[in-house]
Amino acid sequence: MTDPVLSVENLSLRYRVPGGSLQVLRDVSLSVQPGEVLGIAGESGCGKSTLAAAMIDLTGANAERTAGTIRLSGRDILSLGQADRRRMRGRDVAMVFQDPMTAFSPVLTMGSQLVDFQCNLDGVSRREKSDRARAMLARVGLSDPDLAMTRFPHELSGGMRQRAAIAAALLMRPAVLIADEPTTALDVTMEAQIIHLLRELQADYGCAIVIVTHHLGVIAELCDRVAVMYAGQVVEEAPVDALYHDPRHPYTRALLACDPARIEEHTGRLPAIGGRLPDLTAPPPGCAFAPRCPLASDRCRTLPPPRVTIGPGRAALCHEVAP
Amino acid sequence: MTPLLSIAGICVDLQSGGWLSPGGGARINILSDISLDLAGGETLGLVGESGSGKTTLARAVLGLQPTSAGTIRFKGADLCGPADFHAIRRSTALMFQDAAASLSPRMTVGQAVIEPFAIHHESVADRRAKAAELLAEVGLPPEMAARFPHELSGGQARRVGVARALALKPALVIADEPTAGLDVSVQAEILNLMADLKDRHGLSYLIITHNLALVRHVADRIAVLYLGRLVETGPTRQIFAAPRHPYTRSLIAAEPKPDPRRRRRDLAIKGEIPSILRRPQGCEFHTRCPVAKDICRSAAPALQALGPGHSVRCHFPETHDKGG
Repeated sequence: MTDPVLSVENLSLRYRVPGGSLQVLRDVSLSVQPGEVLGIAGESGCGKSTLAAAMIDLTGANAERTAGTIRLSGRDILSLGQADRRRMRGRDVAMVFQDPMTAFSPVLTMGSQLVDFQCNLDGVSRREKSDRARAMLARVGLSDPDLAMTRFPHELSGGMRQRAAIAAALLMRPAVLIADEPTTALDVTMEAQIIHLLRELQADYGCAIVIVTHHLGVIAELCDRVAVMYAGQVVEEAPVDALYHDPRHPYTRALLACDPARIEEHTGRLPAIGGRLPDLTAPPPGCAFAPRCPLASDRCRTLPPPRVTIGPGRAALCHEVAP
Repeated sequence: MTPLLSIAGICVDLQSGGWLSPGGGARINILSDISLDLAGGETLGLVGESGSGKTTLARAVLGLQPTSAGTIRFKGADLCGPADFHAIRRSTALMFQDAAASLSPRMTVGQAVIEPFAIHHESVADRRAKAAELLAEVGLPPEMAARFPHELSGGQARRVGVARALALKPALVIADEPTAGLDVSVQAEILNLMADLKDRHGLSYLIITHNLALVRHVADRIAVLYLGRLVETGPTRQIFAAPRHPYTRSLIAAEPKPDPRRRRRDLAIKGEIPSILRRPQGCEFHTRCPVAKDICRSAAPALQALGPGHSVRCHFPETHDKGG
């Protein structure tokens, strides 16, 4: 295996909130190989967006890292100074957000923003930057890039804005593209087109993609490997085929079971996961999923679950899973 | 049997822009000649992309959106004026798309679920007990009555929306994207709750959504809208097994499959839904249709019946019936 382009090692992060702190990431380790598409799946509040934000060092002011490192092409990004971190963002690692309206400034045209995004590109004239932007807009499938360059963000449709956001992220040819729920705000027909586009761009540019989503269909369509998160931990990590056809962690199984798209016949009733997420201001001593888990024993409720390696590139955080 | 709700030939037109804007004053056709029936105890799924007119149709049914043609009958009676619509809103309920935003931030959950009685001038003997009863019905503990909307999770806000909708024991519940923004496990809980309540109270649902996986499980019948026109309607099973309209087929094919072994290599549908300001000539779908021919660009197809309860608006419904 080659060196990972991005690796997160034993990262723990908490948010200061009134009356305590929320332990949103607990000992998370993940790595992304060059050109790999990694999916991070999980439900609201599992910490997946915080992890994505941490990868590009964009966590909020109330976030505090308590342990761990994040390496981008071998460099520890958290030890870099502010100026270097700013240079890293956009150039080495770029991000696409869920709502493309908030990713752009509403008062500047698309063209001027796409030129400004290339501010770290030294020795290139403004005209060349403008040409690069236009070419990238055409590449992501905008039918009239010249017109789009003169438009303000609100004048584009949601699908066009998300395409433009992807173009903006790829302008600097980053080694890693992080996409946080990139298709959630879109119609199913546009979602299919954005997935198709990301797949093509990955093949063309060879950048690694980290895609964060709660939509299991999107991950199945796009990813090589998947990490499933629950209550701030990665509970299962597996190649995409293995995860969907041989899920090992009870949470992964439950999550797959309640996706209506996986149930072919008309049922009327759907399986649900009973119970609720644990309180992350005081995470339980044992397994976080134990109160909702059908396999839970006393051991699960008292001892933290071990990380069990199941096979090449496969691991699960569970007492009950067999290696 | 008279259907619970019967919509015939509904059209909705809007004025474009102001009189100052170029082309101002032109009428834009939002919904065109929509006819649908909903039987008692039935669930109808209304599907289509954003901008297809799903929500406008729901608003028209409740009299919240003036129509320019067509009739709406509820339990066999014509609805014409505001008084009729006030009456229909007594026996129908709307679940809004953004459940948290649909609750007043200054009202407690208890006040919110009791409010429908005040709106319809009905006295409630013991408001606290009634609120607790409604909350129990949707699986929320009575303490929840003292909470404010910002203290609720997405799933809890949905449940409060359901409790509010059920307060007056409606015959019809219109649910606009009932599970949008919810996690899959919570989505399943809300859908199961809606199914239980349907069985218990004999409700009919009109479910508006673009989530096809969802309608496949909850709807008895489906109506597909495209640019304000009904393009296909029929029994859910039949539509998923053999969709006859190319748009329906593309929508079903566009849904990401949660199985990496069934990855799609090509796109079922390209481009975006055209602007309603520039409705394509002929069949509205011809600009994105994989089987469009010359006639589709010039002549608009009529809605034709294919079998019991199944109709489609397409010139060539037979040429692609192996889809799905």
